[in-house]
Amino acid sequence: MTPTLLIVVLLALGAMAYQFGKRRALAMAGPRGSALSLHSRPSYYGLFAALWCLLPALAVLVLWQGGETSVVTRLVIGELPAELRALPEDRLGLVINDIRNVATGQVLAGGQPPEIVAAAEHYLALQALSARAESVVVLLLAAGGLALGWRLVAPRLRARNHVEQFVRVVLIACSTFAVFTTVGIVLSVLFESIRFFQAVPPLEFLFGLEWSPQMAIRADQVGGSGAFGAVPIFVGTLLISAIAMAVAVPVGLMSAIYLSEFARPRVRSAVKPLLEILAGIPTVVYGFFAALTVAPFIRDSGSWLGLDVASESALAAGLVMGIMIIPFVSSLADDVIHAVPQSLRDGSLALGATRAETVQKVIFQAALPGIVGGILLAISRAIGETMIVVMAAGLAANLTLNPLDTVTTVTVQIVTLLVGDQEFDSPKTLAAFALGLVLFVVTLILNVIALHVVRKYREQYE
Amino acid sequence: MSSPTPDAAQAASHEIAVVVRRGLAKRYARERRFRLYGIGAVALGLAFLLLLFGTILGKGYSAFVQTYVQLEVELDPAVIDPDGLRAQDVLSRADYGGLVKAALRERFPEVSGRRDKRKLYGMVSSGAAFDLREMVMANPDLVGQRLTVWVPADDDVDMLVKGHIDRDLPEGDRRIDDKQLTWVDDWQAAGQVETRFNRILFTAGDSREPELSGIRGALMGSLYTLIVTLLLSFPVGVAAAVYLEEFAPKNRWTDLIEVNINNLAAVPSIIFGLLGLAVFLNFFGLPRSVPLVGGLVLTLMTLPTIIIAGRAALQSVPPSIREAALGVGASATQTVFHHVLPLALPGMLTGTIIGMARALGESAPLLMIGMVAFIVDVPQGINDPSTVLPVQIYLWADSPERAFVERTSAATLVLLAFLVTMNGLAVWLRSRLERQW
Repeated sequence: MTPTLLIVVLLALGAMAYQFGKRRALAMAGPRGSALSLHSRPSYYGLFAALWCLLPALAVLVLWQGGETSVVTRLVIGELPAELRALPEDRLGLVINDIRNVATGQVLAGGQPPEIVAAAEHYLALQALSARAESVVVLLLAAGGLALGWRLVAPRLRARNHVEQFVRVVLIACSTFAVFTTVGIVLSVLFESIRFFQAVPPLEFLFGLEWSPQMAIRADQVGGSGAFGAVPIFVGTLLISAIAMAVAVPVGLMSAIYLSEFARPRVRSAVKPLLEILAGIPTVVYGFFAALTVAPFIRDSGSWLGLDVASESALAAGLVMGIMIIPFVSSLADDVIHAVPQSLRDGSLALGATRAETVQKVIFQAALPGIVGGILLAISRAIGETMIVVMAAGLAANLTLNPLDTVTTVTVQIVTLLVGDQEFDSPKTLAAFALGLVLFVVTLILNVIALHVVRKYREQYE
Repeated sequence: MSSPTPDAAQAASHEIAVVVRRGLAKRYARERRFRLYGIGAVALGLAFLLLLFGTILGKGYSAFVQTYVQLEVELDPAVIDPDGLRAQDVLSRADYGGLVKAALRERFPEVSGRRDKRKLYGMVSSGAAFDLREMVMANPDLVGQRLTVWVPADDDVDMLVKGHIDRDLPEGDRRIDDKQLTWVDDWQAAGQVETRFNRILFTAGDSREPELSGIRGALMGSLYTLIVTLLLSFPVGVAAAVYLEEFAPKNRWTDLIEVNINNLAAVPSIIFGLLGLAVFLNFFGLPRSVPLVGGLVLTLMTLPTIIIAGRAALQSVPPSIREAALGVGASATQTVFHHVLPLALPGMLTGTIIGMARALGESAPLLMIGMVAFIVDVPQGINDPSTVLPVQIYLWADSPERAFVERTSAATLVLLAFLVTMNGLAVWLRSRLERQW
């Protein structure tokens, strides 16, 4: 039986168990109308029986599916001729790949060495056996569960409590996803980074001034030694982020202040959603815009002014990234400005301050922690932004602060190092994970501080 | 000033009034200036928006039509089906490219020399041969007839007809040379060139030839990826929101979960790509480039959004509903699932649609799990290698041909149309279904 068919059969059995459980509860309750003697409503008995039927069977099914390949592979390896088994790890992997390809028919069996063909046949036989055994075990478990559930159903059984307990466990499991995702991120970047730092010392990575992540294909290659000093990348990232913030913070902040303090409600309700459209545009569209329109424009106007502008200048990427972040800054600023109590505004205006003075001297001061928090979040966003810089910024790791020059960023390097064919033991690939680790840690710190500041700020006025 | 005389006090207040009045004009000017800054900032933001849409619309609208060229093709039985048996495999293997070339030679008999002929052959798309083959396969009786067919023009001809290639440039700077120009002019004079709605854009997968490439593969890839994302993130997100909002005790563990969710919402998306690469591809050994893995990665990325929106929706359900349900004897679980959740569902749906819209536009994490491959076939399921619409835009944006710029803009327009629709749906749902308490 294929897994899909097996699941369908299981679901049918579960539905049957539901009916059986419900009927049995009603039957045991006695004549019509006496369902009141049951502890729970009848459908809970049905659910109780269905859970008994399905849960153990499904659990075994999932485990079996997950472990089948590796167990079968190990058994096949065990049957291989001794000289094949003695091969080193990576060669053995290739042999197993061949066996699998022959077994799945991707490679024709003719022309392959006989021991591979024999192993492939063995592989197929084991797989078929495993599939049969799986069906039998799972169905037996389901039937056993059904019988047990059916037997357990009794008027005194606290079926609702059991079912609700199960529901509660499922809810808790779902809510822990965030923790597991975080752990997954930390572990995945950490392990690869540790392997990277075994090849390249952390100090060289963090403080080295030269970045050229090529590794030699042959040992005697000229210029084959890679350099993994990430300072130029960090500087490039900061440069582009700084340009972006120089655009986004004034524009975003001023438009938030104008819309919430000066504009008439009709203007506000018309303009605010329009500005928020900017936040909904995919970053790849911004990247395309930057590469196609903004970068050539900046290069042309630069050469008109007699400046030498790179065609992938930091300015173009930073400018467009700033545009992208405008709505982000303005909606966060809008939130914190709204949280400032009206009484502060009224008090200032009553003392004779103009609106602008009220904003500058009272509201801005009161909202400052929240605004700083918002800006920190925006910075973390700018640092982690990928598509704009991949499409509009360069690859050359120049150590420069000149916005008209080409720089590269952490995210650009991660993408270039990991897209395409890769082998997972070269420092070139692992460097991407080390950069990812730096990126994750930096943005995490920024986010934690920012979220904490914003939360404290909100509580202050609540 | 222990006891100021009334006179002194009056003088002092008068002085203050003078000072205030003197500064007034300046302060009003500053007020006006500040207001102008605000208006300037808003105007700048709107101008950027306009510029962005204007550029993409201006570059992309012409991709929705495509130039076709009329050819008279002699379906020579000696070439297509020498045996006269009309066997399908013979028909499918015949040299239709040769027929197209013959038709071109016949149209411009004066062309001679290998280089000129090759230029001439390059004027129509290599897709013309496929079109012919399909026609013959569908209707073998056509063999031996003389047909008038419209075939797609090459992308350079297409660009010329649409006016994207400047005829006044020196010959060397043009993608199309003087001879080819005269041929196109000849065609146009004879009415044998026309632009039609570009069906290929919506029915084809990716291709190296701009005039044969379409977004269907990317659209289907996006669809499968989003289906996986939705099926996983909606139930899990709702369950997590329900637990955290309705059942969770206030303790360290739930605090940790909450901080984690808020942080994950702000983690750069490319980090999720690294997670997907290390965990799903390298650890679990799932295949590269498939919508299943893309959906898994995007699920992890959108779940925080959905949970946060779900919690807000649950919070807006008034406590009286819960109290009433508990008061008539419902259990806590029954209260939530029978009464609170149905009332909060519209808000949760809105949040989910917005999360899905964001997932649809996301590309960085998908680059990490290999959904950037050049894939010609339209994917048929969640285990077929595919790409998604934003990644297709990224891939095309890298291509040097002018015709791909146009297609990139068109693909962007399609993507934006989907996003506008989804966000509009969310706004509509919110206004339609959400109750004010």
